[in-house]
Amino acid sequence: MTDVLSAPLVVEFPFTRSLGPVQSAFLTGLRERTVLGVRADDGTVLVPPVEYDPVTANELRELVEVATTGTVTTWAWNPFPRRDQPLGTPFAWVLVRLDGAATALLHALDAPGPDAVHTGMRVRIRWAATRTGAITDIACFEPYEGEAGPDEPTHHDGEFTDPVTGIVAPARLDYVHTAGRAQSAYLKALAGHRTVGERCPACRKVYVPPRGACPTCGIATAEQVEVGPRGTVTTFCIVNIKAKNLDIEVPYVYAHIALDGADLALHGRIAGIPYDQVRMGLRVEPVWAEGAAHPDHYRPTGEPDADYDTYKELV
Amino acid sequence: MRDVAIVAFAQTAHRRRTDELSEVDLLMPVLHEVLGATGLKANEIGFTCSGSADYLAGRAFSFTMALDGVGAHPPISESHVEMDGAWALYEAWVKIMTGEADTALVYSYGKSSPGEVRDVLTRQLDPYYLAPLWPDSVSLAALQAQALIDAGDTDEAALASIAARSRTDATTNPYAQLTGDVPAGDHLVHPLRTGDCPPIGDGAAAVVLAAGDTARALCARPAWIRGIDHRIEAHSLGVRDLTDSPSTRLAAQHAGAFERPVDTAELHAPFTSQEVVLRKALGLGGDTRINPSGGALAANPIMAAGLIRLGEAAARIHRGESDRALAHATSGPCLQQNLVAVLEGESAHA
Ligand SMILES: [Zn+2]
Repeated sequence: MTDVLSAPLVVEFPFTRSLGPVQSAFLTGLRERTVLGVRADDGTVLVPPVEYDPVTANELRELVEVATTGTVTTWAWNPFPRRDQPLGTPFAWVLVRLDGAATALLHALDAPGPDAVHTGMRVRIRWAATRTGAITDIACFEPYEGEAGPDEPTHHDGEFTDPVTGIVAPARLDYVHTAGRAQSAYLKALAGHRTVGERCPACRKVYVPPRGACPTCGIATAEQVEVGPRGTVTTFCIVNIKAKNLDIEVPYVYAHIALDGADLALHGRIAGIPYDQVRMGLRVEPVWAEGAAHPDHYRPTGEPDADYDTYKELV
Repeated sequence: MRDVAIVAFAQTAHRRRTDELSEVDLLMPVLHEVLGATGLKANEIGFTCSGSADYLAGRAFSFTMALDGVGAHPPISESHVEMDGAWALYEAWVKIMTGEADTALVYSYGKSSPGEVRDVLTRQLDPYYLAPLWPDSVSLAALQAQALIDAGDTDEAALASIAARSRTDATTNPYAQLTGDVPAGDHLVHPLRTGDCPPIGDGAAAVVLAAGDTARALCARPAWIRGIDHRIEAHSLGVRDLTDSPSTRLAAQHAGAFERPVDTAELHAPFTSQEVVLRKALGLGGDTRINPSGGALAANPIMAAGLIRLGEAAARIHRGESDRALAHATSGPCLQQNLVAVLEGESAHA
């Protein structure tokens, strides 16, 4: 179907996390080119360290320093790096058991090709030039033929000056959103300043905006019904706090509006009347801004107020 | 203990894209199909539980929109898990076992087409040590596959034969997305080739659960849930033995899977290598028919593919093609969390 509207949709947010004592020490350590592990209840050293034992669930706090060299325990050659992965050129994902640790850390290995990578190969950390206290302070691993680090890790008190206490992990996901049949028809009609809902074949209610199904009957709606343009304020609130990036003077009124012929109220801003004179039952009509996809706001029509009984089911 | 059975199952034809369908459009046909099969009206259902993930399509609270397709007004008893629908089924099973409901509608859906599912799934990873590296789902599965090859548990040819068997079986599954002669293809992330990976697509599924005599009244041969359990392992991949799945084994043990052999197993193994791990953990031999539906290698609507394993296993019992079947669902990277259910037909129980 070509009737369906689609548009790019980017979901982007900074994921802000505070760190506990173990993670704080580990990530601060990376900033200082020091790799810390934590000793588990069974005496083994976990790298990267966790705050609770994976087997006993006991709190773990005994930190140790391990080597920056290690052994690949498994690998996977990634010929097509994706956005934000550690290297922009083809690389191997590796799990690396650092010398002195019992568990392995996931990261990237910079190698010329899959033939240059094997389980058991020796590698070392390549540090990032700029380090902030994050797992990406390890730029990647690189092949290393030199001396192994000590098997026995050394005690570390986990103390650093100016410890990292939180991380901000930026997340971004790209989508192409498609509106589906019902919403596409609604949006296209809106572009022509018409409001078109859909009627349920069973209960005959008209839903605006249409969502493709009647939430009472659980069946598809298909019959298109033009509603409005005028409607009735069924309930409202007075907004006194300015929203970010919204260029509207407070106080203003935000209302539920039952368009004539609709069985579900939609919401919109009321203007063209002092905010403290807006009332339930007020008759309103949409005001369209030049080239806009939605009504900018609704204003009084000057008609007498609607009788409560005519809209009480829609409050 | 109450006897609880899966009495109806429906799924969509899974497709790469469903641009013309909103989530509720996708879902409604399967909801109507299971209600039609049992003759139940929406308001006769005791409990409704769904599974989905907003990140897949990038739409916040999409499950509340999907509820329109259920007929949730006047208000119904309802719940949702941000997980595969297999876990929604588990919640519904608990609800019936506690006596709070006699019937339950369970559904799940996933629209992977709007986003890049390999990137989307990185957001379920630990935000401190893993997510900042953006390790995609295929890469993590490939690390597990290499570990299996290193351990001598499989090789690329054996993996290819799992892919071929699955897609050949899927030719008789009208709902499957990827069937027949599918080339092994190039390495997507070595050692996994495109043929070792599941198709990306959109789909939905629904089942109806019922207790005791209600189940017998609604279905000629109910698929009785003899046991169901789910277990989880540590999140960090470097802590786990990726060649084994102790959580699957433990869940199977609690579900009673090892008490008697099963004739059928529907395993939720999106990657060929994961079937190797699961067969080993479950001790499945040549006597057990593995994934006669084609499994997740033939259709992998994320958040529904696990529920579909339970549905496919139940449907074989409904049709008299199986007497005792194992159904498995997984969640998280490299089979981190696993659910196992044992289903039986009535004659097998006698
Ligand atoms: Zn209706």
